[in-house]
Amino acid sequence: MSAPVLFGLLGAALSAVGVYGLMVGRDALARILAFNLLGGGVFLVFGAVARRGAGAGFAADPVPQALVITGIVVAFSATALAVALLKRLAALRARPGAAPAKVAGAQAEGTKGRVQPGGDA
Amino acid sequence: MSGAVLFASADALLVVAVILPLFAVPVLFLAPSRIAERATVVVLGLSLLVALAIAGGVGRSGAAAASFIGGWRPPLGVGLRADGFSAFMLVMTAAVLLATGLFAMTTPGRSRAGGERMPPAFWMLLASVFSALNLVFLAEDLFTLYVALELLTFAAVPLVCLEGKLAQVEAALRYLLFALFGSLLYLLGVVVIYGLYGTLDIILVAREATASPGFVLALALMTAGMMAKAALFPLHLWLPPAHSGAPPAASALLSAVVIKAPIFLLVRFWLDLAPSTLAVAVAPMLAGLGAAAIVVCSLVALAQPRLKLLIAYSTAAQIGYLFLMFPLAAASSPWSALAWTGGALHLASHAFSKAAMFMAAGLIAEALGHDRIAGLSGVGRVVPVSLFAFGLGGLSLMGLPPAGGFVAKVMLLSAAVHLGAWWIAAVILLGGLLAGGYVLKVVVLALQRPAEPLVAQPVAHWREWVALALALVAVGFGFVPLEPSHFLFIGRPASWAGMVP
Repeated sequence: MSAPVLFGLLGAALSAVGVYGLMVGRDALARILAFNLLGGGVFLVFGAVARRGAGAGFAADPVPQALVITGIVVAFSATALAVALLKRLAALRARPGAAPAKVAGAQAEGTKGRVQPGGDA
Repeated sequence: MSGAVLFASADALLVVAVILPLFAVPVLFLAPSRIAERATVVVLGLSLLVALAIAGGVGRSGAAAASFIGGWRPPLGVGLRADGFSAFMLVMTAAVLLATGLFAMTTPGRSRAGGERMPPAFWMLLASVFSALNLVFLAEDLFTLYVALELLTFAAVPLVCLEGKLAQVEAALRYLLFALFGSLLYLLGVVVIYGLYGTLDIILVAREATASPGFVLALALMTAGMMAKAALFPLHLWLPPAHSGAPPAASALLSAVVIKAPIFLLVRFWLDLAPSTLAVAVAPMLAGLGAAAIVVCSLVALAQPRLKLLIAYSTAAQIGYLFLMFPLAAASSPWSALAWTGGALHLASHAFSKAAMFMAAGLIAEALGHDRIAGLSGVGRVVPVSLFAFGLGGLSLMGLPPAGGFVAKVMLLSAAVHLGAWWIAAVILLGGLLAGGYVLKVVVLALQRPAEPLVAQPVAHWREWVALALALVAVGFGFVPLEPSHFLFIGRPASWAGMVP
């Protein structure tokens, strides 16, 4: 088995684990991690696809490498945003008297002047 | 900037359309908030002019406008391209977002009445959503589209939790995880396409594409990703809490335009990218899910105790009509062109009516201090203009004449009947009936005489008129001619040529 094929299969396996985790995971942190596994799998497959360039006489096709780097940056930002939301959620839930999780209703107060750290009236 | 210059160079304006909204962001960092929000509204207005200029240029030349960054053409370079459908989406988005900006702006002359100031973050996110949407509509490269979709997600998710309440943060996180899942499925599909064809340019891929197993797999992954982002049944569970929990201005733009970006891309994938034989084979599945969305989400909407949740479920239901369009538009028949025009018209009239309804619901909640439907009795006396806007928006959702929703449904119905797709016709009619149920449930109650005198806060008339203006535009779409639009076919694939009678 050649290296690109091995990488491709590993990427496929990682993606499968990630999809499974995202679909059945209940815990938000586990789902964020699953998202990263899926992302890692997709990027591995993308890297493996670069072997196509060999057919044209190149050592490899450089375009996927460039795109994978962009993708990693985007996935990293996404993870940062998700973790920030999760941290805020944990802080809000830890407050005394915080209501149990339920579907968001409508705002009684219209729009607030500022983004308030946990202004759950 | 004279009009002549603008119309002469629609090509150069494509880049401007993507970048211009972002000019508002540094102003928001630097200037005092009142000046900054006015500057943002001015930028939104200029962006609408740019969108109109692009549409004018495309309409006059009768060909798609295109711009290649640095002059490098695909497959190496990355291009922006505006065909008729892109230009249509650009104008619609710019108009709705300008109205959203006017609605969210602090009331001129009075600082207190009509709600407090929106935070600067809202305006930054509004500008970012605008830029990301324009990139989605213009990008010609599948990987650029991935980046645009992620930018859109990053700008849209924080809009849900602007006020930082527990339920809102929960809704935002759920929305984010669904959206990210969708993005990565899309990216996996893009990887497969690159592996097959060695290019990511939509036009070059469409030229090569055959219904090979790899290409079918890629399209399936991309479609599943877009379905998660578009909240198509059964992946709609994230939408109602996210759209109903946000502030009214944010709900309006999320439900009216952000949700349309993945649908725009599905149209691109199935009507531009996929070989038509494949599209004909797969489209009934999309329509089946759309039909399920219309029936299930409308029924759930009927049972909602809160106005904003009702409107959010109605969005999940109305999305279904856009999926009913696929089998009709993919069939190679003159009626396909009519179905396709009807679908685009439904998309636009839904955007305007849904924005108007969310704004009206926000004003009703502001006036009463709550939005429980059972407590809305007599609210029509307190905020008559808002209720009128809600009712007109609802008229379009129900598909009654003379609203835009009526003409859109007539086009879809005629195409369905002539193409022999009776079940689609039945679902369209049933969906209109159910929409009538949930809209009238609210309107009838609001027009009743209240049991006890209502204590209401004053709301800004300014905002009521913005909501009404949007609803009137949605009704105004009812006056477009009942025939396939030539504009929407500009720059479409060659297989579509000659379909417009």
